[in-house]
Amino acid sequence: MTDLGPLIPRNREAHPDAYDPAYKTSVSRSPYLPLLSMESGLSEETGPTFGHNKLGALDNNLILNWTKGAAPAVGERILMHGRVVDENNRAVPNTLVEIWQANAGGRYRHKKDGYLAPLDPNFGGCGRTLTDENGYYQFLTIRPGAYPWPNRGNDWRPMHIHISVYGHSFGQRLITQMYFEGDPLINHCPIAATIKNRSQLDRLVAPLDLASSRPLDFLAYKFDIVLRGRRQTMFENKLEGM
Amino acid sequence: MVQKLDTLVETPSQTAGPYVHIGLMPTYAGNAGYYDEEIATSPIADGAKGEVIEIVGSVFDGTGWAMRDALLESWQPDAAGKFAGQEGADPAVTGHCRFAADAESGEFTLRTVKPGKVPARGGGFSAPHISVWICARGINIGLQTRIYFEDEDNSADPLLARIEQRPRVDTLIAKKIGEGKYRFDVRLQGEGETVFLDI
Repeated sequence: MTDLGPLIPRNREAHPDAYDPAYKTSVSRSPYLPLLSMESGLSEETGPTFGHNKLGALDNNLILNWTKGAAPAVGERILMHGRVVDENNRAVPNTLVEIWQANAGGRYRHKKDGYLAPLDPNFGGCGRTLTDENGYYQFLTIRPGAYPWPNRGNDWRPMHIHISVYGHSFGQRLITQMYFEGDPLINHCPIAATIKNRSQLDRLVAPLDLASSRPLDFLAYKFDIVLRGRRQTMFENKLEGM
Repeated sequence: MVQKLDTLVETPSQTAGPYVHIGLMPTYAGNAGYYDEEIATSPIADGAKGEVIEIVGSVFDGTGWAMRDALLESWQPDAAGKFAGQEGADPAVTGHCRFAADAESGEFTLRTVKPGKVPARGGGFSAPHISVWICARGINIGLQTRIYFEDEDNSADPLLARIEQRPRVDTLIAKKIGEGKYRFDVRLQGEGETVFLDI
């Protein structure tokens, strides 16, 4: 096996800090002590792979997948699509992208969500797909509604879709959230505000993509994802025993 | 103006939130049957070589409360130290598992095979360990750690050797509580705080 080089260390300035008092739950769930930084090894540079055979035909169609195609979900029909690349701007092909979200009214299909907005009997709220050979992925879904949450007295989450990506190694593992262009709640959200660098936060805001929208059917939003890359080196640095 | 770099910046992380199970563990979220086949429900299939072990534990927040909404993922090699995808790896070991704290007790269970030691970059070997990644409401970026075993020789492990305060090494070592049974508790904050990694 060729050593592709260690993972590029995570730029922690690009990410939220663990402790952010405006997001109250983080106060008791953030380590006090610094992380132990180390160059990556096999445990971080390898990772699980998933074959197409695990996926069903409707897995990336949240409008239809809860009812197995029998009836469509209510709400604003959208295409969410984009590419997964690494920090070296190379496509990340055949990697699993998973999403989950609330329905058009901001209600999650989860036993713990007791928000008074009703469930949509035709909407489950979860999807998954593999990127193609160019790192491209797409989901058909409905635009999730904003919803209130018990943080400060009157906090509301902006419309968002949760995203989980694997990449090709366990050290690339990433979970994030996609927001929607023009949503005024983004500027009031303590979770969005955990990202201190505004240009980094803007990268989580998906622009309306009219060119990819389908007339008389759905609007499109584009969301590209960048995962950690591997540090290329001309100097041989093979792993022992490989 | 200096030249422009052509590298990109990693997409920033956000918390997985309270409903992470809908997306990653639909059955646990109460949505059984969502997918024909859920992924990563077990790191091993029948016939996996090696010692089958069970690791139980909890993820405690800074108040000592066992979190009920923590979701964990594990990644490990097979009993011979080969990761899935490497030549000669045990086909019955996918090595990856998703597991969650129980909504009532806050306790998780990981059933797997005990991993073998793996070569370390720059020579030597890492002692047998399982990589763990923890996400939950209140965790802004997934917390990475490792499970080592108290009945293995951990003396030459390069990562454990890097921990300056020696008593903290103990926070990464699962305690044997029975034949093939271990306990591994994670403390996010405060006394006995688990060592979290940036690798």
